[in-house]
Amino acid sequence: MSNIRQLKERWMHYFFFGIATVSITILLMISLFLFAEGLPIFKIVSVKDFLFGEFWYPTAEPPDFGIYALIIGSLAVTVISAIMSIPLGVMTAIYLAEIATPQVREFVKPVVELLAALPSVVIGFFGMVIVAPFLQNILDVPTGLNVFNASLMLAFMSIPTICSISEDAIYSVPTNLKEASLALGATHLETIVRVILPASISGISTAVILGMSRAIGETMVVLMVAGGAAMIPLSIFDPARPLPASIAAEMAEAPFRGDHYYALFATGIVLFLFTLIFNLVADHIAHRYRQVGEASL
Amino acid sequence: MKKQYLFAVLITLFLMCGTSFAEAKNIVIKGSTTVLPIAQKVAEAYMKANPGVSISISGGGSGNGIKALIDGTTDVADSSRFIKGKEVKLAMERGVYPVPFAVAYDCIVPVVHPSNPVKDISMDQLKAIYEGKIKNWQDLGGPKKRVVVISRDTSSGTYEVWESKVMQKGRVYPGALLQASNGAVAQAVAKNKYAIGYIGLGYMNKDVKPLTVNGVVGSAETTLAGTFPISRPLYMFTSDWPEGEVGKFMNFVVHPNKGQKLVGEIGFVPLY
Repeated sequence: MSNIRQLKERWMHYFFFGIATVSITILLMISLFLFAEGLPIFKIVSVKDFLFGEFWYPTAEPPDFGIYALIIGSLAVTVISAIMSIPLGVMTAIYLAEIATPQVREFVKPVVELLAALPSVVIGFFGMVIVAPFLQNILDVPTGLNVFNASLMLAFMSIPTICSISEDAIYSVPTNLKEASLALGATHLETIVRVILPASISGISTAVILGMSRAIGETMVVLMVAGGAAMIPLSIFDPARPLPASIAAEMAEAPFRGDHYYALFATGIVLFLFTLIFNLVADHIAHRYRQVGEASL
Repeated sequence: MKKQYLFAVLITLFLMCGTSFAEAKNIVIKGSTTVLPIAQKVAEAYMKANPGVSISISGGGSGNGIKALIDGTTDVADSSRFIKGKEVKLAMERGVYPVPFAVAYDCIVPVVHPSNPVKDISMDQLKAIYEGKIKNWQDLGGPKKRVVVISRDTSSGTYEVWESKVMQKGRVYPGALLQASNGAVAQAVAKNKYAIGYIGLGYMNKDVKPLTVNGVVGSAETTLAGTFPISRPLYMFTSDWPEGEVGKFMNFVVHPNKGQKLVGEIGFVPLY
């Protein structure tokens, strides 16, 4: 009997190991493919000219492969969306975990999480058809398809991520920490600011970075609402072209294994490195500032 | 990306068909991405009407298509321009006699918001707008507002026409907004009072206002008459006068009720 049980145990072990290996292998092969298709461009332009070249004219004669303006465009929409989404996301999380009554919490939390389920093309369409004309009329800017609009739409998309993960972190701060603080005469607000937030800061940081990494990789929204001008935006109401928008707009027609094709894959590598760095930082924070003792997640 | 995968899948399927039915007749079409939608649409209809025939289609650009025709690796070369003298010479040396067939016309019309008072624009003005030299509608007889320039992604066929006919040697300035399809350009122009964009004649709708260019209205008639400046014929080249299956296919393409009807449906100007 025990032999069969052990066999079963071992069999399950290998089965799950196999499943895990498959997903890692696929990921590895995609990365390999990405690098194999992207690196040949550096035979034509140097890494420095590619990253810091100001002009992106991939089909001109002679072509210019410079993605500096696209990188700045990506960073601009990500940073501005973070400025909007971090306070909103974290404060919603504090409200849900600490202040809201259980009934409100039961209702609001699923709704916020539902926001994450909205397809990005729907958010993009909303930005293009509703928000862009609104911005044009209210602010009298030349075009509503700009960095501000794109950041706003990206903020919509990262708030659920930030809120949901932060809320878990805040909620899991042990009650005795909170009770100790209140017992010392601190008000509820003081307890939140001085005790609960510091205790859950690593969870909140992870949430913020995952939210930002979602924003930088998002394609459909920036393709539809960022405007797509391959120039360095000088104000938040200027159009920009983030990296994913450029790849999505041009890949369909780029000649297979031509210079333009390689350049787009190299753009993909840059994007991949950005999200990789974001995830490594999130991982690092989660480990380095791991909540110890009672406050551990 | 999606399209290319689709082609890869299609081609593989065709190759598989080719090996399993040795009797099946194959036609290979290569070349311009602008002509690609025409080739695809017509080929689909042709294969439906002639079940024994398989047609494999791939893009790669006009130059590559003609090169493949000269090398004998394709039966039909799609091209958005006429064959160059150099290419003809090379073909003759290899004993290939390229025969051109005009299969459709491309007609690209500049469009603005319906509320914009500007009606006509010259080719020079268009070029200056897209180079970023004219920045205000005031210079064109419109309101004192900044021009919002909307362009297409650089690898689209529509952009290619715009670049060759309007921009000549100039470059579209980086501040121009980019949209990824004709429909998206029409949508963006319809939503912005001070925008200018350009779309294929087939995508015209009532939410945007077409501009006349040098006083000429962009329409199927002016395109065929050759008076509308932002238009061009699209070609398919065959090696020698086509016979057999390729000949039948070319007849199908230029037939007014068959191929040409489909050409009109997908937004190009048919020959008749």
